[in-house]
Amino acid sequence: MKSALPWYALLLPLVSAGAITLFTRRLKTLSSLISVAAVLGSFVCSCLIFGQKGLSAPELKWIDFGTVFTVPFGFVLDDLSRMMLVLVSGIGALIHIYSLGYMRDDEGKSRYFAALSLFMFAMLGIVLANNFVMLFIFWELVAFTSYVLIGHWFERDAAADAANKAFFTNRIGDFGFMLGILLVWMSTRSVVFADIAPRLSILTSHPAFLTIAALLIFCGAVGKSAQFPLHVWLPDAMEGPTPISALIHAATMVAAGVYMLVRVGFIIQASPSALLVIAWIGTISALLAALIATQQSDIKRILAYSTISQLGYMMIAVGLASNEAAIFHLFTHAFFKALLFLGAGSIIIMLRHEQNIWKMGGLARHLPITFLTFVVGALALIGFPLFSGFFSKDTILALAYDHNMPIFVVALFTAFLTAFYILRLVVVVFFAKPRSDAARASDESPLVMTGPLIVLALLAWLGGYGFFARHFLAIPHEKELLLIVPVLAITAMILGAGLAIALYRNRTSEPIEVDLLRRLFYIDEFYRWLLDWTQELLASISAFFDRWIIDAGAVRGVSGGTWGIGALLRLIQMGNLQAYAFLFGLGIVALIYFAVFR
Amino acid sequence: MVTLGHYLIVSGILFAIGFAGVMLRRSLIIIFMSLELMLNAANLSLVAFSRFHVQPSGVPDYNAQVFVFFIITVGAAEVAVGLAIIVALFRARQTTHVEDINTLKF
Repeated sequence: MKSALPWYALLLPLVSAGAITLFTRRLKTLSSLISVAAVLGSFVCSCLIFGQKGLSAPELKWIDFGTVFTVPFGFVLDDLSRMMLVLVSGIGALIHIYSLGYMRDDEGKSRYFAALSLFMFAMLGIVLANNFVMLFIFWELVAFTSYVLIGHWFERDAAADAANKAFFTNRIGDFGFMLGILLVWMSTRSVVFADIAPRLSILTSHPAFLTIAALLIFCGAVGKSAQFPLHVWLPDAMEGPTPISALIHAATMVAAGVYMLVRVGFIIQASPSALLVIAWIGTISALLAALIATQQSDIKRILAYSTISQLGYMMIAVGLASNEAAIFHLFTHAFFKALLFLGAGSIIIMLRHEQNIWKMGGLARHLPITFLTFVVGALALIGFPLFSGFFSKDTILALAYDHNMPIFVVALFTAFLTAFYILRLVVVVFFAKPRSDAARASDESPLVMTGPLIVLALLAWLGGYGFFARHFLAIPHEKELLLIVPVLAITAMILGAGLAIALYRNRTSEPIEVDLLRRLFYIDEFYRWLLDWTQELLASISAFFDRWIIDAGAVRGVSGGTWGIGALLRLIQMGNLQAYAFLFGLGIVALIYFAVFR
Repeated sequence: MVTLGHYLIVSGILFAIGFAGVMLRRSLIIIFMSLELMLNAANLSLVAFSRFHVQPSGVPDYNAQVFVFFIITVGAAEVAVGLAIIVALFRARQTTHVEDINTLKF
């Protein structure tokens, strides 16, 4: 059945972004309402699309060079993309509404909402794209809009730097992604997913080529999903407004990487070595980020590292060739991480932009709704039984248990760390006594902010249940459920949580300091050193080239040569009339000699 | 018997004397006279060619003689202009020696 609904879902946010930029720049309230209306419209369309299986949308011919290179502007509307559509627009809608409260008095409100709409457009584009080129363009658009949004408060240097960092880091990954796309196109002569699938045998007949292509495509996901070693941008991206952190971290930007890998899973799964690399990158990211998160003191940074860690879990699932497990965790993570971020945002704004957890404390009484919903999010995150994270994380752990024991052990340890760092956060922020005036004077957030929190809390709690989730995805059926995996996972979780509570109860400052973790494994320092070093080297090579080849060789060489020849020729001009006459005569003799005797 | 060769030798000697004068003498007037000598050397060879290039009808080749007239005319004009320049030069520099006229230098 053909329907224009996907077009509406995609284009409504774009229209909103255009309208705000062109017409309602000065009318801030109207701008925000337009944006919210657009995303709600998009959400309704998405729900309608979700309700109709076998829907297809009219396709546009876009770029057409015959058999060499054809790019349609078309949509893919399978179960996966329909589910993502609802998820993205749904979480997006909640965050738009929440932003109404959070950004109420912001100077650049119009700009903020225009960028937010554009971001939704780009993100929905990624979800709907049915070919690599479209996907890549929307992919870049997401990078751009996230740049704008992270740098929303660009008057602050830290925000501007963070926006740059996010953009550049993404560019590094995207470069690999582009090369990967080109490789796939080179061999299969197609960029449309549906056309590549039947021609996959061309790729599989060259395993090395396929592995390189798959890993290059994975590069894009490493950048976008903030995996090691390109994870550095995500914590810094916390400089943006908190709703943006929630949006980028929860359902959309970082999830785009995982979604893309699942979308092209058929290519990646054809290469076992690429899968292994992906699984290990995911494992390393999960462990590294969880370790770092245990020592951070900025509430949003803790959550940011938690996001990297959870994305690591999804990468493990992708690497173990289980798209369903990856998407399942993406799905539950979207809810609980959006919830945690918006909860953090609620705290931050009520404490007048205080983000240091050691300046909070005792907030359970002051912000009861935020507290309860935050706890729900935390429980879902650590995989507390009967909360959504439990189901999805268990699926991944069971998968690892089945396929790769070392990864399972690391993932289990990461689960322990996860419980530790989030309980640390909860204990320090919500219990004991307030440790600053702002914390003592804080009050509950308005309904536009708590409303989305409550909705998300319900989703974070229920999102993992089979009856709920199976409507949305094909969850890997729990074949002969291994009891040992959940038992181990719950043990790890209880250990971590207990340790955190025992360590941090009634503390007013950090009891243990691990410099290596506080300084983020010196990765930023390493990059700085690497950049400085390579830059220095490059600069000195360029300087040498400029000074000695361009300046000394080309410029001074030409001028000096001309001058020298001139000086030589000048010697002939001695000013003696008779000498001139003599030379003249000599010339004539030479002429005659050549004309007559040769 | 005087042949064409004799005339040409005389003409060449005259030309060489003229050229040597131009090269070696210092006075502009003398150089000028040497120039005229070179012109006349050319005239002599042309006239000799005319005299010895007799057509079957017994008439000498007048083309060369026409050339000679041209050269004489040009020479006369040259004398007029050249002497005027020398006079002007003398007025400006109080000298007609080529060593003193060396401003055509870098």
